[in-house]
Amino acid sequence: MKKIEVKNLTKVFGSHPKKGISLLQEGKSKDEILRETGMTVGVNRASFDVEEGEFFVIMGLSGSGKSTLIRLINRLIEPTDGAIYLDGDDISKMDKTALLNVRRKKLGMVFQRFALLPHRTILNNVEFGLEIQGLDPEERGKKAKEAINAVGLAGYEDSYPDQLSGGMQQRVGLARALASDTDILLMDEAFSALDPLIRKDMQDELLTLQEEWKKTIIFITHDLDEALKLGDRIAIMKDGVIVQIGTSEEIMRNPANEYVSNFVEDVDRSKVLVAENVMIKPDVVTTFKDGPRVAVRRMQEKGISSIFVVDKGGKLKGLLTIDDAVDAIRTNKWVEDVLIQDFHQTDPDTPLTDLIGVAAETKYPIAVIKNERLAGIIVRVSILSGLVLGKGENGVEESEDNIKQMVGDSITEDVKQGGEQS
Amino acid sequence: MNYFYFPLEEWTNMFVDDWLIPTLGGFFDGIRAMIGWVLDIVASILLWGPPELWAIIIIAIAWKTAGRGVAIFTLIGFLYLGSVDLWVEGMQTLSIVIVATIFSIIIGIPIGIWSAKSKTADRIIRPILDFMQTLPSFVYLIPAILLFGLGGVPAVISTFVFATPPCVRLTNLGIRQVPEDVVEAARAFGATSWQMLTKVQFPLAIPTMMAGINQTIMLALSMAVIASMIGAPGLGNIVLAGISRVNVGLGLIGGLGIVVLAIILDRITQGLNPKKT
Repeated sequence: MKKIEVKNLTKVFGSHPKKGISLLQEGKSKDEILRETGMTVGVNRASFDVEEGEFFVIMGLSGSGKSTLIRLINRLIEPTDGAIYLDGDDISKMDKTALLNVRRKKLGMVFQRFALLPHRTILNNVEFGLEIQGLDPEERGKKAKEAINAVGLAGYEDSYPDQLSGGMQQRVGLARALASDTDILLMDEAFSALDPLIRKDMQDELLTLQEEWKKTIIFITHDLDEALKLGDRIAIMKDGVIVQIGTSEEIMRNPANEYVSNFVEDVDRSKVLVAENVMIKPDVVTTFKDGPRVAVRRMQEKGISSIFVVDKGGKLKGLLTIDDAVDAIRTNKWVEDVLIQDFHQTDPDTPLTDLIGVAAETKYPIAVIKNERLAGIIVRVSILSGLVLGKGENGVEESEDNIKQMVGDSITEDVKQGGEQS
Repeated sequence: MNYFYFPLEEWTNMFVDDWLIPTLGGFFDGIRAMIGWVLDIVASILLWGPPELWAIIIIAIAWKTAGRGVAIFTLIGFLYLGSVDLWVEGMQTLSIVIVATIFSIIIGIPIGIWSAKSKTADRIIRPILDFMQTLPSFVYLIPAILLFGLGGVPAVISTFVFATPPCVRLTNLGIRQVPEDVVEAARAFGATSWQMLTKVQFPLAIPTMMAGINQTIMLALSMAVIASMIGAPGLGNIVLAGISRVNVGLGLIGGLGIVVLAIILDRITQGLNPKKT
């Protein structure tokens, strides 16, 4: 069932908006209209519909008109032209009373900058929508508490907004919208002001909440990763025009135009981690002059179960496991005779995704060879964590260094654990 | 430079004598009666009972709102007023200040809200406020006498004219300062303009408005002293007597009394400003 149908919704800011409409119908672009008339086209004949219970994401860069579009839906900004059908009723034609009623009962909203009332406690902030509706204090207190529990802020009812962190403040913003129990949530860059880790938590929780509360959500973001993660369907906006609507799959596989494909490529590039990104320095290597005793001691020191052996020039000779090293000491063999050669080698540029299969099969670390020398090693978990951390959750803005750092840490852990197990 | 004569003086006098007083005399009498009535009530309340009663009440208020230091200062100030035998005059001045401030708030805050909500209103009101504040106060003492006679009532009127602008301006400012996103959020949740005003804008504007009211009270006090020239009773009268008799001591005790009142009123109204924990 269609919850919201938006038809040809247009907003022209300026002195003669109606003239702007006819110029748009003549096919003039946003830039041409700005040059000729000085008027700004906020949203240009946007049409889309949102199913009941759907998570609909509108994605675009700043200035693409996405924030204007979401405000046209609840008429915080008056549309110049077009219609918004909510359960079949046209919001754009409603009188003041009907509009207030729709805002109170059907359209909850969450804001980028939280927009909480600083003089009210968390409980009173969450109650705000209900208070506006004229509910009696007892009932609104009950509903507000429910919403506060749902967003995990129980115990903070009597705090003030400035005593809470950004992430918690946005939970309050979300609870305020949930408390009114509207069918629809409008979320305007709701998580953009939060730092990446908190944003990830909030995204996860929002998905859980949507499942529980069965909301129809229209979510605005400038972050394609966020859009891909959250959206059942995504609309991509540019210069006030919706250039493509589709599921994440459709958009990734079949970008409607260059603008969209640029976006998607951008995501891919940041997503494709190569071996070099996740390898760690092979600082635990015995050169050839060392005997098996040195190797055993070094493995004990580092808490690992195998070690790569290189010659003086740094060229990889093979892999020595702790068992073989101990064996070599006992049988008085030279290290060279017990080296294993059936480990996997790879280039620094190999995409991580290509190493997944290898990692699943081999029980040894993967050697990264650059110019015939051992440049680094990759352990299994580092591939997995690289894929997880690289993909989606941390956003494009996450610097590569950061990822390396995080991956590096988890590898060190893994090496140690792996050593104990085998 | 006098290429032609501009008879503003004669016209004004003609306007006042021949039209204003005959036509609107009844109206002004009504205002006079009302303000006089309020002023009498406030003055008689403040002068009712022994001075110690009011001293204790005001000291308690000072303690509650502004802390122990101010309460002690208030006690010392009142002991001073009593010891120079100016308690009655002090209370008379205080009652003019209170009545003028009440009128300033009752009229100033709605006008401030109006000018915050409407650009046109703001454009009209702003120059009027400038005019009220920059016109030398002695100038409107004269029409105040003409229209309202001598005594406390014209003093309240001219004090009101002088002291209202900061109340209007800072109410306006306080409401305009409310963050845009909070206002937008309230609209998104379906707040009517009245709900917006009472639940969002007004509470957030209160600290700024309180600063305006503080300013209003301070200006009211200074004007209430000047208004002694048109027969307002109170501490100003003592100072005026000191000037006319070249009695330095009399001028000093009256002047110190005004300073004492000013400091007490200032600290108490500042203390009223809601502090967030």
